[in-house]
Amino acid sequence: MISRRDFLQVSMAASALVGASGFGKWARLAAQQSLTQDQLLQFDTFGNVSLIHVTDIHAQLKPIYFREPSVNIGVGPNRGEVPHVTGADFRKLYGIDDGAPSHYALSSGDFSSLAKAYGRVGGMDRVATVVNAIRADRPDALLLDGGDTWHGSMTCYKTAGQDMVNVMNALKPDAMTFHWEFTLGSDRVAELVEGLPYAALGQNIFDAEWDEPAELFKPYQFFERGGVKIAVIGQAFPYMPIANPRWMFPEYSFGIRDENMQAMVDEVRAQGAELVVCLSHNGFDVDKKMASRVTGIDVILTGHTHDALPEPVLIGDTILIASGSNGKFVSRVDLDVRNGQMLGFRHKLIPIFSDVIAPDPEMAALIDEQRAPFAEELAEVIGQTDTLLYRRGNFNGSWDDLICDALISEREADIAMSPGVRWGPSLIPGDPITREDIWNVTSMTYGEAYRSEMTGEFIKVILEDVADNIFNPDPYYQQGGDMVRIGGMGYRIDLRAPAGERISDMTLLRTGEPIDPARNYVVAGWASVNEGTEGPQIWDVVENHIARLGTVSLDPNNSVEVVGA
Amino acid sequence: MDFTRRETLALGAGAAAMTLLPAHAFAQAAADAEMVGTPDEFLAGASASEGGLDLTAPEIAENGNTVPISVDAPGAVEVRVYALGNPTPGVATFRFGPLSGAQFASTRIRLAGTQDVQAIAKMADGSYVTAMKTVKVTIGGCGG
Repeated sequence: MISRRDFLQVSMAASALVGASGFGKWARLAAQQSLTQDQLLQFDTFGNVSLIHVTDIHAQLKPIYFREPSVNIGVGPNRGEVPHVTGADFRKLYGIDDGAPSHYALSSGDFSSLAKAYGRVGGMDRVATVVNAIRADRPDALLLDGGDTWHGSMTCYKTAGQDMVNVMNALKPDAMTFHWEFTLGSDRVAELVEGLPYAALGQNIFDAEWDEPAELFKPYQFFERGGVKIAVIGQAFPYMPIANPRWMFPEYSFGIRDENMQAMVDEVRAQGAELVVCLSHNGFDVDKKMASRVTGIDVILTGHTHDALPEPVLIGDTILIASGSNGKFVSRVDLDVRNGQMLGFRHKLIPIFSDVIAPDPEMAALIDEQRAPFAEELAEVIGQTDTLLYRRGNFNGSWDDLICDALISEREADIAMSPGVRWGPSLIPGDPITREDIWNVTSMTYGEAYRSEMTGEFIKVILEDVADNIFNPDPYYQQGGDMVRIGGMGYRIDLRAPAGERISDMTLLRTGEPIDPARNYVVAGWASVNEGTEGPQIWDVVENHIARLGTVSLDPNNSVEVVGA
Repeated sequence: MDFTRRETLALGAGAAAMTLLPAHAFAQAAADAEMVGTPDEFLAGASASEGGLDLTAPEIAENGNTVPISVDAPGAVEVRVYALGNPTPGVATFRFGPLSGAQFASTRIRLAGTQDVQAIAKMADGSYVTAMKTVKVTIGGCGG
């Protein structure tokens, strides 16, 4: 009798073969310029259950560009491990040829020229085509949404998430979990969740006052698919009241609560679950650790940290699937489940090349309907860019350089701070910058741009605090964003130093002088988690700045010196 | 039928609601930090082993002013909780009488900053067990 672990290893190799053959084909096809929808969707249906995973869409209904990070440093046990492998190292690890479609879709490097060759990615009408195709193979496939769906665009902001709810309802997911959704405010979240025709899950969503499971969100949901009793357990983002404004959803408490996760796994197993799937918004490294501590989960569909991995990562007997962000990918996972055991899997991370995958006409019409009331506002061209504008990276991205410039010049500040979020599509050199593009990287319900005085010492406290949220060697103490972006100031960060001692050499770039701990500096920023923050909305600040510039042209940002990576 | 604690309390509001919570009803809590003292004072030279005491606390506090913690120490007669980084580390003492249904207690504590929270349980045989957890208190923001 072959053990489950042996089976997993055997099928892991099989899965890798599926991936490898896919990559190889794409590379050849790239040379022939003949990538087709059939090739992207090609999948030999396997086993008896199919999972479809989408996550971190951030309200991107239309195709976009999205540059993956070139700097994504792992610490502690995750140093040098995926997803902390980028660029050429990533391509080498997965056997991807330079210039291949997978290079463009999955890694950084040569982005602008590849973007011109391969075009935009994503678009929920293309995602609908892929989901429909998988359902044609396997009509009872489970579609699971990992959250960060009702946030991230002008239309989402102006309709308080309704546009995304309408589009997702048409896509018919079976369950969802949450993060940025809560920044719509708990009343709006309750209103939308109560109307959802699918399960709203989160075993770690608790009532803040009573410290017991919140009534609106179920911990798990059972499904009967392919003759298999499947339990899907939700795991919402654990650090919502810390990373986002607690005052917007004071009724709720979160946390990782892995002891409760274990209790839920045990409970569903006792009720006869043959396959346990965790739909998670923990972030990849947190999920890795959780998989090592909680036993009995077969599949974790990860989210939050926006990683896209072409192969599952195996932790014990649990497979972790990372499906990217912004509508750029759909993961399909086929499983063979027999007698209450997962005996094997086949997986494919499907990149949504928008010029290759045909839009689903019904979904395209529904999306246009959501956007129609705002079409004119969205389309207005504010300026254009000569520089690649992107966000992802541990320390900076050119979009945030531009936002920090806008804060310093429009708000007359010494220093600017922009939050280290990972959402927000890219623009390539020569692109016009529309109002929609600006909202895509700034839209949120607490976007007021503050201006205040801070001592040099307090600025250091902020940097140390955020640095520990990213570089604490224990993933359970990380929040999954990136370093707060700083304009007007440089610093040095030592990733191997302990908390509170990582940041040094803080320098005011304007004068070249060291930051004086005792002196006050005028700091402009946005996305404060404090209630009552006052100031103009960040998208207006950025729009004014771009309109004044006409054409955006940015120098490379070398203001952060990183050691110990 | 599922009842949440809140519903149960709402139903029992006219009656003696607190009797529905045996863990609280039979645990006598001392809130005076001076009375709780320090780990060394409680141990009085004895050593504490690990295991047999579950200390549940969040990895990162949602609000450092009110951090929910709980202790579960089957067989304990007394559990003390210390916030080792607070100016006065003593946080709580829970004493469990022979009628206690479970040696479980929960409360909320205030943490001055990121620090280790330690619980020490004195067992019926006079031995001690301990558990420790780091709770991070952060200014927040910037979540991906």
